[in-house]
Amino acid sequence: MDIKLKVDASGLSCPLPILRATQGIKTLQSGELMEVVATDPGSVKDFAAWASSTGNALVEQDSANGKFRFVLRRK
Amino acid sequence: MDETISIVLFSGTDDKLQSAAVLTAGAAALGRPVKILLQYWALESFRADRITADHGLVPEAGRAGKAALDAAAKAGQAHWTETLRMAKELGEVDIQACSASMELLGLKRSDLDPIVDGVEGVAAFYVNAGEGQIVFI
Repeated sequence: MDIKLKVDASGLSCPLPILRATQGIKTLQSGELMEVVATDPGSVKDFAAWASSTGNALVEQDSANGKFRFVLRRK
Repeated sequence: MDETISIVLFSGTDDKLQSAAVLTAGAAALGRPVKILLQYWALESFRADRITADHGLVPEAGRAGKAALDAAAKAGQAHWTETLRMAKELGEVDIQACSASMELLGLKRSDLDPIVDGVEGVAAFYVNAGEGQIVFI
């Protein structure tokens, strides 16, 4: 998987993870991938909502050791 | 559906302004336009000379609430002005001062922090709100 941009939002509380994601995705071209890592437990529902609302696709998601990882494709 | 969210800020304490900044930033991240109207004590908190001063907390915060917020700030949680600035950079966020409150508080446009985009009356606020939701904080 060719990840163009990695955003570390660890330790940041809502709404900063989705703000960082919004900043990050703007730097990508359509179809490119961004990975976001967050520790805010609310980010699981937030990224699903953000993806469905903005049209950027959530293509992969997992969690381990209190970290949540999201891979998003710019629409 | 009208996607615009209109938020009337009445209270000027830091906790309420933080709450408003979080709601604004979240909407901006989703691509929804946000219109903010500043009235009364919220407007007072947007004065250029004291926007980052300590504006206190609502009474129910108590000492434990204050301690929790102080700890969050120390841990690096963004100040509400910072969150609002980020929201403005990312999305369509318009902040207007209520003209009647300006007069009541004896404020001029130049007394306000530049984060404020302009001054308007309540009719303009309603027209801009359209069919969208209105939140009062």
